[in-house]
Amino acid sequence: MSEYRGGAQARTALARRHRVRAWEPLPWIVALGFFFAFPKHLGFGTEVLVTILFALSLDLVLGYAGIVTLGHAAFFGVGAYTVGMLAKHGLWNEPLTSLALAGIVGAAVGLGSGLVLLRTRGLTLLMLTLCTMALLEEAGNLAHTWTGGFDGLDSLPIAPLLGRFEFSPLYPTTQYLYVLVVLFLCFVFVRTLVYSPFGQSLTGIRENILRMPAVGAPVPRRLAVCYTLSAGIAGIAGGIWAQANAYVNLGTLGLDRAATVLIMLALGGRGRLYGAFVGAIAYMVLSHFLSKIYPTAWQLGLGLLLVVIALFAHNGILGLGETVWRRLRVSRPLNMGAPQHRTPNPPL
Amino acid sequence: MASGRALELEHVSAGYGETVVLEDVDLGLAPGESLSVIGRNGVGKTTLLATVMGHTTLHGGDVRLRGRSIMRLPIHRRAQLGLGFVPQEREIFPSLSVRENLQVAARPGHWTEARVFELFPNLAARVSNMGHQLSGGEQQMLAIARALMTNPAVLLMDEPTEGLAPVIVEALTAVLLRLRDESALSIVLVEQNSRVALAFSPRTVVMDKGRVVYDGASAELAADPERLARLIGLAE
Repeated sequence: MSEYRGGAQARTALARRHRVRAWEPLPWIVALGFFFAFPKHLGFGTEVLVTILFALSLDLVLGYAGIVTLGHAAFFGVGAYTVGMLAKHGLWNEPLTSLALAGIVGAAVGLGSGLVLLRTRGLTLLMLTLCTMALLEEAGNLAHTWTGGFDGLDSLPIAPLLGRFEFSPLYPTTQYLYVLVVLFLCFVFVRTLVYSPFGQSLTGIRENILRMPAVGAPVPRRLAVCYTLSAGIAGIAGGIWAQANAYVNLGTLGLDRAATVLIMLALGGRGRLYGAFVGAIAYMVLSHFLSKIYPTAWQLGLGLLLVVIALFAHNGILGLGETVWRRLRVSRPLNMGAPQHRTPNPPL
Repeated sequence: MASGRALELEHVSAGYGETVVLEDVDLGLAPGESLSVIGRNGVGKTTLLATVMGHTTLHGGDVRLRGRSIMRLPIHRRAQLGLGFVPQEREIFPSLSVRENLQVAARPGHWTEARVFELFPNLAARVSNMGHQLSGGEQQMLAIARALMTNPAVLLMDEPTEGLAPVIVEALTAVLLRLRDESALSIVLVEQNSRVALAFSPRTVVMDKGRVVYDGASAELAADPERLARLIGLAE
């Protein structure tokens, strides 16, 4: 066992927790490799990256703060419609600034709704998040003059990125690299956030919401901040999805999207940062291949996989991998300095 | 209005929802004073601490911390103003390391990480371990250390020795005595173990049916076991 040696050891421990592990560049290298190896599948790749970004935003609220939500697509849709309406109605179509606006509008809706919804817990919260999303979807349907209603807004005139790089629907190279850079920046932000004292307090809130106030943490305020940031990132995901696809429809605000991203996170493992990556990729790749193999009932395969995950791996694919890794290491002596494993998340 | 008291309960009636558990409780604690609270199960000892922290419904009376009424303040504000709480179930954060458990509670003041590790060397040796990897005794130490990191003026401890092996109880009691003697903290110790409680504090409060039935010298009760048994309702 190590002896306490004051601040130096504290700094070392903190640095160890924050440091970039050797394998962490791997997903980004793979993503770049995909760009060169599969130029004909960049549309699919772009969709996967956007979905990872959306799942990452959900992981922040669900995996770290323990806010159970079934309406996260509300913010995705708000971001998508912000970009779509600005571009379609000729108000603003510069990609970077309209994406920032999508994030801001998403965050504002998150803050406004969060201040009300986060007073509740459990099933009530779940239903209210669902209702918020349904209300927004219906509002989008009713305001068809602006939103295009059920048909949505297509052929969005998105300006070239940085005035040079066109968003081509046939060769989505710009979209892919653009989404990859935005995902990377958002990931760095979320990673920094969850390893900060603020992030640790979110973990504390998730694990014991009654105990955190007793150590002086203003729980409602921290949850509201977390929800707002997460909504902002979901808004960015929605905005960039609209830019990449040059259209937006009511599906961006639908339960299908919200439930799917929740399933992805459960599949990959929530509260683990990379669970969003693993879950989104596993879900989308499986969907892709299963639908080719068995077009009429491909969802059966996914359903069976989810049943297996729910029964045997509450913490998703990453949690399963972690358990296997720990068992492999169990015969070795305990290294106090080694990164520690987490306690299992309770079932959703 | 400053009363010179670290903590003061005045005619406090409180409970859970409509149910009243504490009835007309008057209690004062001077700065640096320690106080033991004993009584049978279900007489309101935990509710007393929960009421001070703001976890219950206050039906009447007032709770003042260093002269300031805190009855309308949310829990986190009470903690920020100087109430530290060590709950009965320890309730440490299992997914956070020992250090992180301390960091989430840290506020500026006398109690720093170095000082709590000096008080609990066992924790210093387990600094990188996760909360769920600690033994019961270590978890209890962490719960106390975490409360100290908030730099409270008044420390409320709810049965810190419950469920611990006798050897751990002895070690923990030694730490509590050191805390009592060497710090400027006012301490309220709720304890089932009357031997520990009476030894810990020169003043003891006995509770029964939500009321304070004795508030006086611990030595007096220690010297009269029959009276003690009668007060806590264990004698016929």
